[in-house]
Amino acid sequence: MDDSPLLTVEDLSTEIHTSRGPFKAVDGVSFTVRPGEMFGIVGESGSGKSVLGRTVMGLYTSGPTMTVTGKVVLDGTDVHALTAAGRRRLWRSDVGMVFQDPATALNPVKKIGRHLTEGMRGLSRTAARTRAEELLRLVGIPEPRRRLGQYPHELSGGMRQRVVIAIALAGEPSLLIADEPTTALDVTVQKQILDLLGRLQAELGTAIVLISHNLAVVAGRADRVAVMYAGRLAELAPAAALFAGPRHPYTEALLASVPRLADPPHSPLQAIDGAPPDMAAPPPGCRFAPRCRYASDACETSPALVADHGHAYACHHPVSSIGGA
Amino acid sequence: MARDLVRRLVELVLVLLIVSVGTFALVGLMPGDPAVVVLGEGHTAAEYAAQREAMGLADALPVRYGHWLGDALTGDLGTSFVPPNSDVADRVAAALPVSVELAVLAMAMALLLAVPLAMWSAYRSGGLVDRIVSAGTFGILSVPSFLAGMLLIALFAERLGWFPRLEWSRISEGLGGNLYHAFLPALTIALMETATFTRVLRGDLITTLQEDFILSAKAKGMAPVHVLFRDALRPSSFSLITLMGISLGRLIGSTVIVEYLFALPGMGTLIIGAADAGDVPMVQGAVLVIALIYVLVNALIDLSYGRLDPRIRRAHV
Repeated sequence: MDDSPLLTVEDLSTEIHTSRGPFKAVDGVSFTVRPGEMFGIVGESGSGKSVLGRTVMGLYTSGPTMTVTGKVVLDGTDVHALTAAGRRRLWRSDVGMVFQDPATALNPVKKIGRHLTEGMRGLSRTAARTRAEELLRLVGIPEPRRRLGQYPHELSGGMRQRVVIAIALAGEPSLLIADEPTTALDVTVQKQILDLLGRLQAELGTAIVLISHNLAVVAGRADRVAVMYAGRLAELAPAAALFAGPRHPYTEALLASVPRLADPPHSPLQAIDGAPPDMAAPPPGCRFAPRCRYASDACETSPALVADHGHAYACHHPVSSIGGA
Repeated sequence: MARDLVRRLVELVLVLLIVSVGTFALVGLMPGDPAVVVLGEGHTAAEYAAQREAMGLADALPVRYGHWLGDALTGDLGTSFVPPNSDVADRVAAALPVSVELAVLAMAMALLLAVPLAMWSAYRSGGLVDRIVSAGTFGILSVPSFLAGMLLIALFAERLGWFPRLEWSRISEGLGGNLYHAFLPALTIALMETATFTRVLRGDLITTLQEDFILSAKAKGMAPVHVLFRDALRPSSFSLITLMGISLGRLIGSTVIVEYLFALPGMGTLIIGAADAGDVPMVQGAVLVIALIYVLVNALIDLSYGRLDPRIRRAHV
């Protein structure tokens, strides 16, 4: 059942050099994604999930502004060992990215058709137009032929995000990285876009890494979910197991902070005390310890991510799966 | 769209009227009495009065303005006060092509240099090329154009002998010879423009390159050159285009120093000579034509914004 992974991320770190000194936006992250899987990554703002997505894709590489260590292997290719031209070839075919805000992810002075066709290689003009039309139809855009001649501002937000997805699909990628694909959209449109991603995953067999700060977006759609905190993975488990019995205190607190309709009126929201750490000077050991109600002296050393029947967590004081701590 | 164009045309006419009033007012602003300029020393009061009458100076200002504007609209800019009393329109028509050619050529050179320089600087901002370009543009901006011109003459005309100096060849005498003669003066002007263009475009490009759509173009697998030219340049070119319009208009009348250095028969030389001699009709005619070009060029620039950004086309003011 467990086929060989499509994507393997091994001890990946992205250290960003700033004027205030370097900080690790991503710190030793490892996970795998299976072909055709929907893999969720959740974390609050600043937890490093977008940087992780871009590093995995190879958009962020070692250079004057950052240092990347560790390994990303996609379909047998070591992404960070590729030349710039090799990476571009990879982006044209094997991996696509969906961005957060479709209003800014499309060039305002370029027509939709050009956005779709300019990346296509070895196709005649008419063949490329036909293919672009097909792609727009695939993502559920009505009157695709007319849309090709329109500019991004002539489309609604949801429609634009569909275009962004169509662009990402142009090279028939085996992996799609969707970085907060619904955050900038209306709630009703959010569901449509998530349903679309689910449909594409099922119909095309495309693996999707769904990055979100919103647990509800990931719940019920992702096969497995990774919880990120301050650049590290706190917990990684099949979605059902994670939501039913979180092992990491951060995940537990996150789940508890979601308001429920069943709660009696006026019951206070469960917030997590404190604030995420300053990434330029993170706490030693467990990053969550300063905000954790289970913290002890042991938490001054970093806990390793250990797996327990496919449910991995990085904590010295894991929450018991059933029946409290 | 049609209504828009009509409104713009009305605006244009209004601006031109204001310009013409300003130009006409030059008569009063320039030192010396035009009648005295024409008569020279040693004339009687009667001669003076007759001359004023003949020149229309005795009429009320609005009447004189009306006459002047009417003549100008039919292409008659009057005759020079100074012997050989040539036709102003003819003199302007002879000098204008030289200045326009210099300005256009300088602009083209500046763009050809500035666009790649700005792109490289912005793409690798903070890098070696960026720092060299930055220092170089600052250096050029702080050197007056006559010095740059003298250096270019010393190097390319005197020492290397690649280009002529103190000679001019009209386009009508052959394009090759004309370009050959125009190269050094145009380059002198272009250096300064290149420096400002590069700085402005570099700044806008750096802002544009941080946009999401640049990252998404990269994520699509587009090559850096494609991203720079096809994605980043157009959205970054608004300040540049605006600056170009202002520069082009300005250059036509104010390349005096360069014209002088290279002994070119352009508008700058014409205006300075006329102003020096108190030749009011000549100054008026030249200034009016330059103002007209300036206003028209900038009106065209305004219209080009809509072509650059489709969002402006729709949401038209």
